[in-house]
Amino acid sequence: MHTARSILRQIPIYAVLILGAVVMVFPFLWMVSSAFKPHLYVIQYPPQLIPSDPSLENFIQAWGANNFQLYFRNSAFVAVTSTLFSVLFSSMAAYAFARFKFPGKEVIFYTLLLVLMVPNMVAIIPQFFLMKFLGLRNSLIGLILIYTATGLSLSIFLLRGFFEQLPHELEEAVLIDGGGYFTIFSRIILPLSTPALATVSIFSFMGFWDEFVMALTFIDDPAKRTLPIAIALFQGQHGTQWGLVFAASLIALVPVFVFFLSLQRYFVGGLTTGAFKG
Amino acid sequence: MGLSTRTQKLIIPYLFLLPALGLFLIFLVYPLLKGLQISFYHWSIMPTKPSTFVGLENYLHAFQDPIVGVAFRNTLVYTLVTVPGQMILAMLAALLIHNITRGKVFFRTLYYIPVITSWVIVSLLFRYLFQSPEGLINYFLVNVFHVVAEPVAWLQQASTAMIPIIGLGIWKGVGWSMIIYLAALTTIPKELGEAASIDGAGAWQRFWRITLPLIGPTVVFTLVMLLIGGFNVFISVYLITNGGPMQQTEVMLSYMYHQAFDFIDFGYGAALSFLMAIFIVTASVLQMKYLRRPEEIY
Repeated sequence: MHTARSILRQIPIYAVLILGAVVMVFPFLWMVSSAFKPHLYVIQYPPQLIPSDPSLENFIQAWGANNFQLYFRNSAFVAVTSTLFSVLFSSMAAYAFARFKFPGKEVIFYTLLLVLMVPNMVAIIPQFFLMKFLGLRNSLIGLILIYTATGLSLSIFLLRGFFEQLPHELEEAVLIDGGGYFTIFSRIILPLSTPALATVSIFSFMGFWDEFVMALTFIDDPAKRTLPIAIALFQGQHGTQWGLVFAASLIALVPVFVFFLSLQRYFVGGLTTGAFKG
Repeated sequence: MGLSTRTQKLIIPYLFLLPALGLFLIFLVYPLLKGLQISFYHWSIMPTKPSTFVGLENYLHAFQDPIVGVAFRNTLVYTLVTVPGQMILAMLAALLIHNITRGKVFFRTLYYIPVITSWVIVSLLFRYLFQSPEGLINYFLVNVFHVVAEPVAWLQQASTAMIPIIGLGIWKGVGWSMIIYLAALTTIPKELGEAASIDGAGAWQRFWRITLPLIGPTVVFTLVMLLIGGFNVFISVYLITNGGPMQQTEVMLSYMYHQAFDFIDFGYGAALSFLMAIFIVTASVLQMKYLRRPEEIY
C-alpha cells in the first residue's frame, strides 16, 4: 500500500538520489559528447554538452586507425578464452572443495585465500622473468594462461560457497544409478549453479577485458596489444585529440556493457545466495 | 573400472583440482617465492654479469629512501580517504534506494556504471576533466560556481595532484559497495524496523541499532576488500600523473614499477613489492581477526 502521503515523503529521497546520479553519470555524458565533437583540440568556451555539429568522424577514424580492429580481436580472444578456462577450472576446484574430504584440503584452500590478499602486482617482476623464460612474452596464449591463473582464487572462493548449499540427494541418486563424479559435476552441479557461474563469469570477463598491468609489462609487440594498452597509448600518440581517445574508449566499453546487461539478472541473486550470506 | 569406490573418492578430488592448482602454482606461487629471492639480490638481467647476494640491503635502502616515504604516505592517504568515502556514500545510496518504491533498478544500474568501466578509460577521463586551464572542472569552479578566480593547475602541482586520483577512487567504487549493501539489506525482515518504529525509535537509531548490526559482516567484508583495493592503487596514478610532478604523487606500486621497469633495479623493486605485500596481508589478517571471525564474514 502506497498512499499519496508516502510517495510525497519520498520526494527528498528522490532528490538526493537524482543528484547522486548526475555526479555518477555526468563524466560519461561529457565523454560521449566529446567523442561526437570533431576537432576537439580547438578549445571551446563555454563548453558544449550537446555538440553543435555532432559527427561520427572520431568513431570512423578510431575504428580505422592504428590496428584498432586487431586490438579489439586480441582483447576479445584473450578475455573470452581466459573466462572459459577460469570458470571451468575454478568450478572443478570448487566442486572438490565443496564435496570431498582429502589430505591437504585446508592447506590448499588457505593458500588460495592468502594469495587472494596479496596484490597481483607483487609478483609482476618474477612473472616477467617467468614469461620470458617460458617464451610467452609477446604471446596472447601467455596472457590467457596468466589471466586464468590470477582469476582462480576469487572464483573458487565464491563458487565453493554456492556449491556447498546445493542439496546432496540428486548426487546420491546418480551414484546409485552407476554414474560417476564427472557426471555429477557436469549434469547436476553446473546446471544448478547458473546464477553463481554467471556472476563469476561477469567478474572474470570484466577483469580480463580491462586488464592493464600485465599486458603493459609482458607485451611489446604492437601486433599483440590488447585494447586497454592501445587506448592508453592512443592518448599518447594523438596528444590532444581527446575526441578520438573517447570514441575508441566507447567502442571498447560496448562488449562489457552488453555482457553485463545480459547477465545482470543473475548477478544480484548470485551475490545474495552465494557469497554473502549476510 | 576396477577401482574401488574408496580409492576413487581419494583420487578424484585431486583430478578436479589439478588444472587450477597447476596454473596457480606455476604463475602465482612460484613467482612469489622467486620474487622473495630476487629481493635479496642486486639482480642482473645480463647473462654475462651474475647477480650478487646483498642480504637485506634492498630492504634497508627502502627505509632510507625519501620517495618511499612519499609513496607510502600517498598510499595511506588515498586509502584512508577513499575507503570511508566509498563506504559512507555507498551505505547512504543503498539505504535510500532500498526505501523507494519506484526506480530501484534504474538508480542501482546508474550508480553501478562506473564500476564496470575500465580503470584505463576512467583514468583518462578524469585527466581530461581535470585539465588546466580548459578542463570541465575548472570551467565549473571558475565560470559557473565562481569558487576560485583562476583555473587550478590540478595535475601540475604536488598539493592538488592527488585530488583527482582520490576523487576517481571514490566515484568509481561507490557502486560496488552499494550493490553489496543492497543485497544485504534485502535479507533484513521488514518487521524488525516496523516494530522499532512503533516503540519510538527514529531513523538514525534504527540504523545504528538494527540495520548496521544485522549487516555488520557484510560491512566488514567490504572494508577488508576496499582496504586491499586502496593499497593496490596503481593504474589511476600511472595514467593521471605517472607519479609526477617531481615524484610527489608516487604510490607504493607505481614507485615499485618505475624502479623495476624504468630504472631496471629489479632487486629493489622486488623488495618494495614484498614490503607492500607484508603490510597488506598483516593488515587484512588483523582486521579479520579483530573485527569479526572469518566464518562469520562469509
